[in-house]
Amino acid sequence: MSALLAGISTLTLARWQFAVTTVFHFLFVPLTIGLSLLVAILQTAAYRTGDGAWERATRFFGKLFLVNFAIGVVTGIVQEFQFGMDWSRYSVFVGNIFGAPLAIEGLLAFFMESTFLGVWIFGRGRVSPRVHVLSIWLASLGTILSAAFIVAANAWMQHPVGYTIDPHTHQAVMTNFWAVMTNSTFVLEYGHVLFAAFLTGAAFLLGVAAWHLRRGHDTAAFAKAARVGVVVVLIAAVGTIFLGDSQGKQMETQQPMKMAAAEALYDTTSAASFSLLTIGNLSGNPIFQVRVPHILSVLATNTWDGKVEGIHQLQAQATKTYGAGSYVPVIWLLYWTFRIMVGLGILLLALGAIGIWLMRRRRLEQSPRFLRFAAWMILAPFIANSVGWIFTEVGRQPWVVYGLLKTSNAVSVISPGYVATSLIGFTAIYTVLAIIEIALMIRLARVPEAPLSPAEAESAPELVY
Amino acid sequence: MFAVTASPSGLEQLWFALIGVLWLGYFFLEGFDFGVGVLLPFVTRDDVDRRVVINSIGPVWDGNEVWLLVAGGATFAAFPLWYATVFSGFYLALFVVLAALIVRGIAFEFRHRRDDARWRRAWDRAIFWGSALPALLWGVAFADFVHGVPIVAGGAWTGTFFDLVKPYALLGGLATLSLFTLHGATYLGLKAEDPVRENARALGQRLAPVTFVLVTAFLGWTYLSAHAWHHVGLVPPLLPILAVGALAAVGWLIGERMEGWAFVATAFVVLALFTTLLLDLYPNVLVSSVRTSYDLSIVASASHPYTLKVMSWVALIFTPFVLAYQGWTYWVFKKRVGRPDRVEQPTEA
Repeated sequence: MSALLAGISTLTLARWQFAVTTVFHFLFVPLTIGLSLLVAILQTAAYRTGDGAWERATRFFGKLFLVNFAIGVVTGIVQEFQFGMDWSRYSVFVGNIFGAPLAIEGLLAFFMESTFLGVWIFGRGRVSPRVHVLSIWLASLGTILSAAFIVAANAWMQHPVGYTIDPHTHQAVMTNFWAVMTNSTFVLEYGHVLFAAFLTGAAFLLGVAAWHLRRGHDTAAFAKAARVGVVVVLIAAVGTIFLGDSQGKQMETQQPMKMAAAEALYDTTSAASFSLLTIGNLSGNPIFQVRVPHILSVLATNTWDGKVEGIHQLQAQATKTYGAGSYVPVIWLLYWTFRIMVGLGILLLALGAIGIWLMRRRRLEQSPRFLRFAAWMILAPFIANSVGWIFTEVGRQPWVVYGLLKTSNAVSVISPGYVATSLIGFTAIYTVLAIIEIALMIRLARVPEAPLSPAEAESAPELVY
Repeated sequence: MFAVTASPSGLEQLWFALIGVLWLGYFFLEGFDFGVGVLLPFVTRDDVDRRVVINSIGPVWDGNEVWLLVAGGATFAAFPLWYATVFSGFYLALFVVLAALIVRGIAFEFRHRRDDARWRRAWDRAIFWGSALPALLWGVAFADFVHGVPIVAGGAWTGTFFDLVKPYALLGGLATLSLFTLHGATYLGLKAEDPVRENARALGQRLAPVTFVLVTAFLGWTYLSAHAWHHVGLVPPLLPILAVGALAAVGWLIGERMEGWAFVATAFVVLALFTTLLLDLYPNVLVSSVRTSYDLSIVASASHPYTLKVMSWVALIFTPFVLAYQGWTYWVFKKRVGRPDRVEQPTEA
């Protein structure tokens, strides 16, 4: 092993480990958050109306939700424990502050989510229909709360507040919990992440329903699901984009380097234009670019001619403040992840807008081109979520806690062989699980739900699993 | 680091105790989950039996596992240096535990999604190994906490993976594996219908003496080792004696079909065993095998009082709700799980 690893540092391996674990975990989590809310909506409609179509839609999407949920849960354990494993110096430095939301997340959110989901899965016929509906709402609330605490922890890394540095131990020490939980960065980031999660769930609901509608399966159930999907896609897309835009302005004041790198803007510019795409390299001399005047200034400062700071100037400032070293993140990665994220967000907005327009003309179910488009758009939020996190985490480099702790000083003092072993091991497990999960999802998503017989509807099944 | 000699403040003692309670809750609850997983191949003869076994923990296993997440999170927040030292030091062992918990959790949810013998056999194996490995490794880890790991000043780790697998730690691992399995057997005795109930009973009776020997030897060794004698709460050794006594009774209780009491007894042994270890550990959180002065103490690893106060309020307000609704789910699912065909069989014949 050590011969193979010659020259690869613990730091590099630990960063890959974090990236692989986080991106994999967050493929499933937004769908869990989004679908739990949507299934709760479907089931509430079924409970209120007693309509079998709503009930079938609930069971159909509930099943897909559970298959997805399981992977989100188990990869979350690695997510929580890898801080101590790979980033022990980070853990010691931030534990006073970062640990608190993590612990509270477990107590307030994970218990709620897991317990009431257990009631929901096994409770049909054992608890009253009203309590059964309530249990999915509480599970959904649990997922929404859980996102709040973990995003608060992340927001603190992006923009530390409510702390002081202990002069003896050199640890960051919390002085104001309220400040940590009302961090301006947290408020926007949480809204953005939450809407993106609803968007993921809604695009999934709409896309799967569209696939069945095009084939004429159980049109009563899938038309209802598709309509809920269209409405939530539109609302969530508007929310995600609006908050994302506000984050852009906040970024220009809190992390200007991230914004500069997102545009590959080397020199401070007023009335800065935005490039839609670049051919050639991003070192400042592109072969071909499509540029829209003034847009970068609008994105970053909300004014037509606003000044956007450039990489060279920011690097000079940073060396003055923090000492020698590079403070420039990987530019090409930021440039492209930003464009992919924004582009997919706009495409999803279009999906919602066209869907609403068709719905109002009562042509949603009879538009094969829209239904095909909707089915393909299932993928869009997953890609956007992943590149969004890569953008915000890579864009913070070289810092792990912005301005306070560099990533290179955060890693555990352990042999690269250990990290390599677990990196290879987890990647192998994740890959196998992803293949099984996707195959199982596709298999289950293709088969519409059969109506329950009166006997099944009355009694609790003896064996659920 | 600089305050090794100071004794823990009230807040620090409280948080050591609370984290202890979280671990105890975890081992009490997921202890029987692990046991049920280990017993899966041994108390069943067909797929329906295996479904009965899995359904007996179906509604609760995920909530039980959250105790681990909260214990981990609370350790991170209240004792960052403990969290950082243990998790990076036990790296490979923890990797195995996490990998096991991943495949185990997925197995519960995926297994029943396809009616295919090979598919289900593969997930059955995942459930067995995913339960057995953590049941063994948690015992190894807690034994290591008490008996010492190669750390020097500030929790810096100097050893390798093999420093973790010493005879005492291995005995600890075998003791917890065996105890959790027995705990799972008494749980199935309470929660399952025949034939699983009867099979678990027979297996529990055979397992009880083995567990008795392993746990008694482990507790005895813990006592004979130097640390134990110094600590309040361990002299006289009331808890371990009660634990061993309860364990001696388990086999008899199972034989007398006093299923409720048998479960209470194994639960008590789990709690008493880990309480003994935690008391032995106090006022440290990790013992150094290099030199006593390198022991990682509660004081040296604790967060500042402000963080501990905030967390205390949160815990005080929300823990009662959590206990109430988790307890409620056990009440909702209090009915035994049985084969769907068990009622029809006599009428057909």
